[in-house]
Amino acid sequence: MKKQLFALLFALVPVTAMAAPAADVPYSMEPDLHDKASLQNGMKLYVNYCMGCHSLEHQRFARAAEDLDMPQDLVEENLIFSPELGFNDQMHIAMNEEDGATWFGVAPPDLTLESRVRSPSWIYSYLLSFYKDPSTGTGVNNAVFPLVAMPNVLEPLQGVQEKVCAATDKPVEGAELDPLTGKYQSCETLQVTQPGEMEPEEFEAAVYDLTNFLAYAGEPSKLQAQSLGPKVLIFIFIFGVISYLLKREYWRDVH
Amino acid sequence: MGNPNKVKAERGFMRWVDDRFPATQMWQDHMAKYYAPKNFNFWYFFGSLALLMLVNQILTGVWLTMSYNPSAEGAFASVEYIMRDVEWGWLIRYMHSTGATAFFAVVYLHMFRGLLYGSYKAPRELVWIFGMAIYLALMAEAFMGYLLPWGQMSYWGAQVIISLFSAIPVIGPDLTQWIRGDFLISGITLNRFFALHVVALPIVILALVVLHIIALHEVGSNNPDGIDIKKKKDESGKPLDGIPFHPYYTVKDLVGVAVFLFVFCVVIFYFPEGGGYFLEKPNFQPADPLTTPDHIAPVWYFTPFYAILRAITFSLFGLDAKFLGVIFMGAAIAVLFVLPWLDRSPVRSMRYKGWMSKVMLTLFAISFLILGVLGVLPVTEGRTLLSQVCTVIYFAFFLLMPFYTRLEKTKPVPERVTG
Repeated sequence: MKKQLFALLFALVPVTAMAAPAADVPYSMEPDLHDKASLQNGMKLYVNYCMGCHSLEHQRFARAAEDLDMPQDLVEENLIFSPELGFNDQMHIAMNEEDGATWFGVAPPDLTLESRVRSPSWIYSYLLSFYKDPSTGTGVNNAVFPLVAMPNVLEPLQGVQEKVCAATDKPVEGAELDPLTGKYQSCETLQVTQPGEMEPEEFEAAVYDLTNFLAYAGEPSKLQAQSLGPKVLIFIFIFGVISYLLKREYWRDVH
Repeated sequence: MGNPNKVKAERGFMRWVDDRFPATQMWQDHMAKYYAPKNFNFWYFFGSLALLMLVNQILTGVWLTMSYNPSAEGAFASVEYIMRDVEWGWLIRYMHSTGATAFFAVVYLHMFRGLLYGSYKAPRELVWIFGMAIYLALMAEAFMGYLLPWGQMSYWGAQVIISLFSAIPVIGPDLTQWIRGDFLISGITLNRFFALHVVALPIVILALVVLHIIALHEVGSNNPDGIDIKKKKDESGKPLDGIPFHPYYTVKDLVGVAVFLFVFCVVIFYFPEGGGYFLEKPNFQPADPLTTPDHIAPVWYFTPFYAILRAITFSLFGLDAKFLGVIFMGAAIAVLFVLPWLDRSPVRSMRYKGWMSKVMLTLFAISFLILGVLGVLPVTEGRTLLSQVCTVIYFAFFLLMPFYTRLEKTKPVPERVTG
């Protein structure tokens, strides 16, 4: 019986062992849904810098307030700018799709599920990978999403980033690691050439928070799942032990 | 009152019922006095687990239906509404979406058990055929269910599969239009798939499950030795190697249920997307008829057959490759129906079959898994060749079976079960 149970367990384990396919992006980012300060800051950055164009059609202010421990009055004062939106509303935007398509060539997509369509690492890398490129309409290009229609809205914070030839600690696609220095030598290296309001580390932290918030918005139930999961698993484990003992008792007379 | 030959309760409420409905008789026939071989092993957990998953899918499905909106405009948003605004909606939805994967996983293992111990052989041909019909209905059920979230992969996956019908000569194009109810997949298609998914197919599946179990209980369960336990009975007429299904197998299956549910819940709570294999990434984008995803792959439980479809890259006898692929894909499933008549071995269980059967079953299982992996990957020349080799092995397992099962030397089958 024990052998059979282990076999059953091992037959089912491959299902859980399937890892997410590695995203092909320069930076990786692991969301931390328990870091409420980071999520709050991320939401603040989102409504200030992103929500002009990108809605979160399925995310309610109220739900975010509850999940991120923010009092209603603070949310209403600091995070809801449109007079048409209330605390219980979803995070709609005023710009309609046709206007967006006319202005940018493509309507800015809704980002509620972006962290699930792409991945948090993708969003994080994308936001860090804008660089100056006078050949494009917006004056910037993106190493993760070439020729993207979106301007670098975070430029005031980040400063101007350019492609330079340099050694860098961060892995760069196509560049080889120098075993002596432990750095990468590449002419695709992105470097801030005109400083913005934030130091590079500060900016990376801000982008982390913003991405963290989008990861939260993609699946708010993850918080509930993580708190309920262990309880359910412990219950099933105890149920399993009891049913095993019951089975052993019943099967005592089978030879 | 009633039939005097029926087993009835002595007195009380159950006696009153038994005089009007054979409740006690049915309980004894199917549970308390249904004698199952005592040597069921690991492979025998999956029948009851499949039943558990059927119940799971129906219950969670009913609750999802309460909040789901089957229209092209509202479907996608209603799924997110369930995930966010409906109390426990996320859990119900993940139980349903993970349930589909788990259902197919246990059904595949259940079917493999049949192959391993010859559970399809006489007198269980109808048990097998009803089971295959369930599998077929389940594939239709899963396919139609996958359209309902109305994401990009829902839309384009359905587009690819429905367009397969257009490969059928003469009637193809009209047939596809008839299935879709429109010139392209639209809200009309979504509505009819919804009706079939929540009403028609569940009724068919439930009816087939009843037939599957009635047929099984008529002939009795097979066992890992593939021997007939009814041949050796004690004085009272009970099979010597049999034990009543209840309580012995009900308590044993409960342990299997616990182990299964543990793994099932780990997926639900921690990996509901299954690394992009249970819920595919493009399906978090609403269906867009104007933008095709980079890579369209069916959900994992269809990929072996999808790989067979794509393996056919050549025309033959004036039939073009696409239509030929559809024929091979259909044949890959159809051939399973006639399995009971392909196996000419004098023994049932793989334990007593010869080396050829063992080699063929191993090769078959490996090819099926390889085809499953190839079905999710984009096509390359090497992969196409590999899928062609695996397709040949897949069909060889069945079509050569009448020969190798007759030619090989089998081992003597014991009189009593060996445990």
